[in-house]
Amino acid sequence: MSTPTPETAQAPARKLEIGRVGESARRVDAIPKVAGEFAYASDLFAAEMLWGHTVRSPHAHALIRAIDTSKALGMPGVHAVLTHEDVPGAKRYGLEFQDQPVLAFERVRYYGEPVAIVAAEHPEQARRAAEAVHVEYEELDPITDPATAPDREAIHPEAWTQGHGYRDDPRPNVVRSIVIRHGDPDAQGDVSVEGTYELGIQDQAFLGPESGLAVPDGEGGVDIYVATQWLHVDRDQVAPCLGLTPNRVRIHLAGVGGAFGGREDLSMQIHGAMLALHTNRPVKFVYNREESFVGHIHRHPARIWMEHRGNRDGKLVAVHAKILLDGGAYASSSTAVTSNAASFACGPYAVPNAHIEAECMYTNNPPCGAMRGFGSVQSCFAHEAQMDKLADALGIGRIDFRERNALGPGDVLPTGQIVTGSFPVADVIKRCAEIPIPEPEELPRDPIRLPGGAGNTTRGEGVRRGVGFAVGFKNICYSEGFDDFCAARVRLFADADGELVAEVYSAAAEVGQGVVNVMAQVARTELDIENVVVAPHSTDAVASAGSSSASRQTWMTAGAVQLACQEVRSELARRGGKLELGDEIDAERVYRHARTFPLDPDTGQVVGGDKAHVAFACSAMRVVAEVDVELGLTRVVWIGTAQDVGRAINPQAVYGQIEGGTAQGLGLALMEEIQTKDGLITNASFTDYLIPTALDMPPVVSELVEDPEPDAPYGAKGVGEPPTVVSTAAIVAALRAGTGRDLTRVPVRPDEIVGL
Amino acid sequence: MKIDLTVNGEKRDADVWAGESLLYTLREQLGLPGSKNACEQGECGSCSVLLDGKLVCACLVLAAQADGHEVVTVEGLGEEGELHRVQEAFAETGAVQCGFCTPGLIVATVALLEEKPDPTDDEVREALSGNLCRCTGYAKIFDAVRTAAAAGAETSAGAETDAGAGGEAAENGASY
Amino acid sequence: MDYAPRVDVLTPHSLEEALALKAEHPDAVPIQGGTDLMVELNFDRARPETILNLNEVAELRGWTRENGTLRLCSGLTYAEAMEPELAGLLPALAEASRTVGSPQIRMRGTIGGNLGTASPAGDALPPLLVEDAEVELANAGGTRTLPVSEFLVGPKKSALADDELIVAVRVMPSKARQTFMKVGPRNAMVIAVCSLALSADREREELRAAFGSAGPVPALVTASLSDAEAFPEQVAAASSPIDDVRGTAAYRRHALKVLTARALERVLT
Repeated sequence: MSTPTPETAQAPARKLEIGRVGESARRVDAIPKVAGEFAYASDLFAAEMLWGHTVRSPHAHALIRAIDTSKALGMPGVHAVLTHEDVPGAKRYGLEFQDQPVLAFERVRYYGEPVAIVAAEHPEQARRAAEAVHVEYEELDPITDPATAPDREAIHPEAWTQGHGYRDDPRPNVVRSIVIRHGDPDAQGDVSVEGTYELGIQDQAFLGPESGLAVPDGEGGVDIYVATQWLHVDRDQVAPCLGLTPNRVRIHLAGVGGAFGGREDLSMQIHGAMLALHTNRPVKFVYNREESFVGHIHRHPARIWMEHRGNRDGKLVAVHAKILLDGGAYASSSTAVTSNAASFACGPYAVPNAHIEAECMYTNNPPCGAMRGFGSVQSCFAHEAQMDKLADALGIGRIDFRERNALGPGDVLPTGQIVTGSFPVADVIKRCAEIPIPEPEELPRDPIRLPGGAGNTTRGEGVRRGVGFAVGFKNICYSEGFDDFCAARVRLFADADGELVAEVYSAAAEVGQGVVNVMAQVARTELDIENVVVAPHSTDAVASAGSSSASRQTWMTAGAVQLACQEVRSELARRGGKLELGDEIDAERVYRHARTFPLDPDTGQVVGGDKAHVAFACSAMRVVAEVDVELGLTRVVWIGTAQDVGRAINPQAVYGQIEGGTAQGLGLALMEEIQTKDGLITNASFTDYLIPTALDMPPVVSELVEDPEPDAPYGAKGVGEPPTVVSTAAIVAALRAGTGRDLTRVPVRPDEIVGL
Repeated sequence: MKIDLTVNGEKRDADVWAGESLLYTLREQLGLPGSKNACEQGECGSCSVLLDGKLVCACLVLAAQADGHEVVTVEGLGEEGELHRVQEAFAETGAVQCGFCTPGLIVATVALLEEKPDPTDDEVREALSGNLCRCTGYAKIFDAVRTAAAAGAETSAGAETDAGAGGEAAENGASY
Repeated sequence: MDYAPRVDVLTPHSLEEALALKAEHPDAVPIQGGTDLMVELNFDRARPETILNLNEVAELRGWTRENGTLRLCSGLTYAEAMEPELAGLLPALAEASRTVGSPQIRMRGTIGGNLGTASPAGDALPPLLVEDAEVELANAGGTRTLPVSEFLVGPKKSALADDELIVAVRVMPSKARQTFMKVGPRNAMVIAVCSLALSADREREELRAAFGSAGPVPALVTASLSDAEAFPEQVAAASSPIDDVRGTAAYRRHALKVLTARALERVLT
């Protein structure tokens, strides 16, 4: 049986205009997307397709005593009901540690954990059958406070994350703990300020629900069309669980409706493949919104204590920090998030002495992992509040204080790494501070131009204005010795008219950020030809591009495509600069950035080499906000930002990333929180998990600071995360200015502004 | 149960489960997956369609309620292989990133410009307040609406609008 | 295709037919705008055996005026309630309608649906209470009228009998200065954390306020005009809010006080 290609509507042929590097070229996928013809993972269709559905745990922590699928199997339209007993290969998978069951066995560790899967002819039949799967649970007391987790029984007695070169911490439920000791942490300053800060659980809330189509190839293998962030790592987790060699599992990128870190972990890939292989039919999964909230990892909630010491000459002396992250039930990428939170806890400032402790715990709360910002968001919220406090205590202007302490090339980071390459923190601060702030608006105004919006709650009564400023940074690309590489393949041939056409093969996941344009623009620039086509992305056409995360994909993919194009150009030159119809040049190359080295497990200092992180990018942001201090409602009026981008490969796309990243930080500041009670999520819907609407976002004026990164292709750095890292801190700073309140927790609730 | 309806100008029929939404019917039965299923509870607008000319969430319309009525989806906005000016504008201004919200926003914008060909910025924001976008932060979406409005003014007979005014998408963010 | 449990849709084309069907199928769930019921269906929370689709019943659309009394048919949408003529007669209802959901929701959601769901957070309910509106209920045998305050019995519970449909809302506009305010954690598309409709009726010398999302049902509080200063405290004291995912009881009480004070300033000056 041949592999049926999923049907997608054909986009009418239109000439594509692909720009070169540096141009705001229109997206290559814009036309299909605006025409409604772009095939997202949830739009796929195959003949004889069945619908998959997941049976999930209603408990945060429970033993599984028995699973009875007999009733479900007998229901109309049902073709399969599978449990852990049907997993053909490895029972567990995971991004960094294989601690997560494909389907739960012995116990469930979080609310919504998958326990069984159903395939039926119609989704309604699948839902009814899922309801009929009877699981006998024995409820256990869930661990819901990460601070108490080390005193409780281990959720994972196997202690999967111990060893691996991390700090030795044998306490139960520790995912990772890290200590960074830099200089002399006991050094005193003239002034010291302290604070404790808290962040709730944020969700990526990408609009495209988890979905995919698994198609059996009739020879025991499977093709999986899925919305994901890393095709090859998906494949390498799926294949062992199916008991297959990697070449028998092919992952194809289906249209992705946003990711923001939430698709780094597997969702339906193994489940769909299992059902497809079992029934010998294509199987499609589409999660609904409620299930989506439960079905992926979230941003780590955090409790952070910090102490900042400074001298009256305006210089920072020392920073102390204790960071506690709640990792939830499974490890995901928590070990790296923990390291990031610690490594960037001091902010983009020269801090001569520091003692930073960060730990992440297993609990029975919703599992946490990657979300845009990846640990730096949490630290930035804390360190920027601290910088304001210390500046005020020293009697120095808040922006001035930051400029005076800004990191620059030659400075030493708390990890012992010396800043090299591009890192224009002082310039970014200055450029942001120079953007003129709008004047206050006059009254009367339409309600939608006041806090409370269409709710009509004020005509100006109680409204105060506040301005806040913050700076944040994080690493670009992977760190601590991870072998971070990216492959790209370029195939050059002549068409019937003798025109050269280049096909770019890359497994880089286009998730909305525009990497699909980056590869096309780079190819056009390097090959100097008009006709560039980006081929569908799959694991069988080219080697791994690495993850679309860590703001790395533009850099890495540009580098890989550039290398492949250089090889193609050389070969073309060798052939006299021309190709005949039927000739082709096909080159695949792998790009790597400079090597990084691990952090010492006990001191957090980089060992074995000079860099734990490849490069850094920073962003400064000023926010004007209005607050109705009697009702605690907020309107963010205006945002001005300067961001260190290295080089804008597609300026329009870069502005888009800044604006979108800022919106996500605004959400965390004002309205976004996954609420839990005893480990159960209580607001798994867009009714009560609120993300910013068109009436919540202010205009964002952005300055691009282009200080080329010497080792990066075209000097380009990543741009996706820095705006999200800094925006929450900047917005809350504006609220503090407008209300006079400390506001140490996000999302800020009206109660806190009012003072209840 | 069988329903008959007009979709994008064409007479269609479908055999539906009584409890299914118009959105499901469009996507899974009628081969029109352009309208999206981001929330299925009327909180995101990604399923926006025109029902008898009115902007609604297709996820909140029972398929049976569409029997005998007219539906226009994003796939039906263009004419003879040409994109609608709103679609063109979204493609030009960088208003599309992942694009999942795009069909719903385009339909909502078409509905807005039908009623108000030259909306103020506040009218635009309120009209689109039922459409969530997670990628763009909305700025370039507003640029797209302004661009489409200006393009509409240019092509409507007797319009005296200056062709460039209001249609230029400010790359680094507009103040409004 | 075999679906179990079975769901059927009946679509009457007249009110008479609709009432006859409701008499025959007392458990039938009516659907008009679908903004509540469809969520229940889509999220697999309800599987009614029979759904009664009222979209084709012309008698339930629009509104009329007879001798000064307005008759808002139950199928009147929020978008229609915002149109200038009706907005001029019932300003608080129009303001409330502007805060409901989204433009898409306002195009379909109906006053009748809001009454039928009888949620403590229903946005149309406080303005109707303040205007002393009455609900017109019909069954195959005839009609009866109830004040809205008596129609709303408890959270998501109304006085609607199994064989009845909500047909219209009758209201004699007070012409009093009135306003509606709704507190939510973002600037659009929110379920009220709390809401308030308030009017100052100079003819009757009466202050009338009704709150939403601050008690099991939206409830009416009245005082004489001369007691305006104490009214914010009175309204807050009359409420019985709870803590839930959207807000705390303490905040709701506080917010009601603030809203009432501001509303008084709007309607009295």
